[in-house]
Amino acid sequence: MDAFVTHTGTAVPLRRSNVDTDQIIPAVWLKQVSRTGFERGLFAAWREDPSFVLNDPAYAGASVLVSGPDFGTGSSREHAVWALQQYGFRVVIAARFGDIFRNNSTKMGLLPVILSPEAVETLQKAVEADPATEITVDLAERQVRAAGETWSFEIDDYTRWRLMEGLDDIGLTLRHADAIAAYESERQPWLPKTA
Amino acid sequence: MGRTLAEKVWEQHVVRRADGEPDLLFIDLHLIHEVTSPQAFDGLRMAGRPVRRPDLTIATEDHNVPTVRGPIADPVSRTQVETLRKNAAEFGIRLHPMGDAGQGVVHIIGPQFGLTQPGMTIVCGDSHTSTHGAFGGIAFGIGTSEVEHVLATQTLPAYRPKTMAIEVKGALPFGVTAKDLILAIIAEIGTGGGQGYIVEYRGEAIRNLSMEGRMTVCNMSIEAGARAGLIAPDETTFAYLKGRPHAPEGEAWDAAVDYWKTLRTDDDAVFDKVVEIDAATLTPFVTWGTNPGQGAPLSSVVPAPEQFGDPIERSAAERALEYMGLTAGTRLTDVEVDTVFVGSCTNGRLEDLRAAAEILQGRQVRTRTLIVPGSMMVKLQAEAEGLHEVFKAAGAEWREAGCSMCLGMNPDTLAPGERSASTSNRNFEGRQGKGGRTHLVSPQVAAATAVTGKLTAPADLV
Repeated sequence: MDAFVTHTGTAVPLRRSNVDTDQIIPAVWLKQVSRTGFERGLFAAWREDPSFVLNDPAYAGASVLVSGPDFGTGSSREHAVWALQQYGFRVVIAARFGDIFRNNSTKMGLLPVILSPEAVETLQKAVEADPATEITVDLAERQVRAAGETWSFEIDDYTRWRLMEGLDDIGLTLRHADAIAAYESERQPWLPKTA
Repeated sequence: MGRTLAEKVWEQHVVRRADGEPDLLFIDLHLIHEVTSPQAFDGLRMAGRPVRRPDLTIATEDHNVPTVRGPIADPVSRTQVETLRKNAAEFGIRLHPMGDAGQGVVHIIGPQFGLTQPGMTIVCGDSHTSTHGAFGGIAFGIGTSEVEHVLATQTLPAYRPKTMAIEVKGALPFGVTAKDLILAIIAEIGTGGGQGYIVEYRGEAIRNLSMEGRMTVCNMSIEAGARAGLIAPDETTFAYLKGRPHAPEGEAWDAAVDYWKTLRTDDDAVFDKVVEIDAATLTPFVTWGTNPGQGAPLSSVVPAPEQFGDPIERSAAERALEYMGLTAGTRLTDVEVDTVFVGSCTNGRLEDLRAAAEILQGRQVRTRTLIVPGSMMVKLQAEAEGLHEVFKAAGAEWREAGCSMCLGMNPDTLAPGERSASTSNRNFEGRQGKGGRTHLVSPQVAAATAVTGKLTAPADLV
């Protein structure tokens, strides 16, 4: 995973709520067995509409997505995170996220930032007024800065540290292999085995 | 102070706890399917890591499989299924492939084998893993990075979610099902209402549900935003498990039941949030919009966006009505559908098929009607009872097991503009096929709708 410390970029305002992962990447795209090429499927159905915000050339090259509440609800497909990242997004800002999507994002280094609905509205308006508006998302300071304003956001220390170091969870967990083995030796004998 | 059921199960699985870090949780059962696993196995190969506990892992083919007999026509789908077979063989994981008597939707086969038991932690790269919470364990969906993590370590780092009680007071009226109940709950608390919580469903109406009904309720916890939902195990749970292939036997059974009986929320435990639902007020429920929270009693009308005070909900309703091709004020029972789908991990179990068959007995369907058993075992049981003959005589299609039209990864899809009454779990835009319009319903409403061609409650059939 790439480390994330701070990022500055332009943004896309997505004025929709309940942007479920079926919209972010429709199921037909999940048949791939590779990890690449998902940017072509990002918002595939919505992008067929020429007026969809991602088709607006004013927002070309944006790397921050500022969405309505309940972004990433629904399916656990991590492909939604891959599609956003491969399209060029580093950050998604919303007032609420689906839990699994938010978790998947932090495993991959896509930063989900929770701000108040008012802050999201202010950011969307600023970006709509001037698509060249740059948003700085500073994980070290836990701040979003744009249009002369600063907002703080919450993220737990551990996830922040892991993102800032770009660390792989599996490697971290395997340092505790002894604890896992000790737990395994104490499990109830009736617990089922598949084999 | 006492502890909630979720807290008890969580604490039982903590491998390691350290200040400022998530708990490291042991995972008792890892379910695998073809869609969210290939990149995880690639990750293991690249790092040279084995699967730590293949004996706690089981795989099946469900999302892509056709529900008519024969090979997979789509080469991309076929490759994905073949990739799972190759990975299962290479890493020594038990697989139930297409055609196998144990094959089926991943959340149907776990309980069916008796692999899903009270007090367990269960994960799968699928958000409807919450289904297994019906047995009184913590079960939740994960992404592919976490699938790889569980394969490599049999653990997950996680913070314990907050706890919510949904108390369903009183008894469900006659003709009101588990599906109506969970749709009503989601409409009440919203698609984000459960975010950050494990929900425990409690109360008389929950206790009275069969295991199948409890699975339907827990299955859709994720549609209310909760990663997991659970129900304390009781005699209904034990009776369901007794004698299943992987259930404990003899003294082990007695020891297990003694432990399972401790798996209940203590009387003095405190939930972070409590929601009360009055079962007696519920009636058959359907969705009218494009998220599972946009639902209403079938006896009501398509709501007007103006009646939503919150501007975001109002604009979501406007957009949903446009997508769904519905006009505010239309009676829901006047909405005509093209296709009826009975199946999925929500409502693809034997009890669901029996309910649909009871309504279709001696009647004819007016719509394209797909009846898709959730597993091969469900299919065989249904056929042993003659349900397939009822469906075929009514003009419905009796299919092979799989996820099918729930998400349209196989050839079972809606055409653009087509409308379905579906017993599945998501009415998202395009979920059942690009441009398709989905109304979520119970198996009973689905069957009655197939008979009339309009959204219909069974009680209104002549």
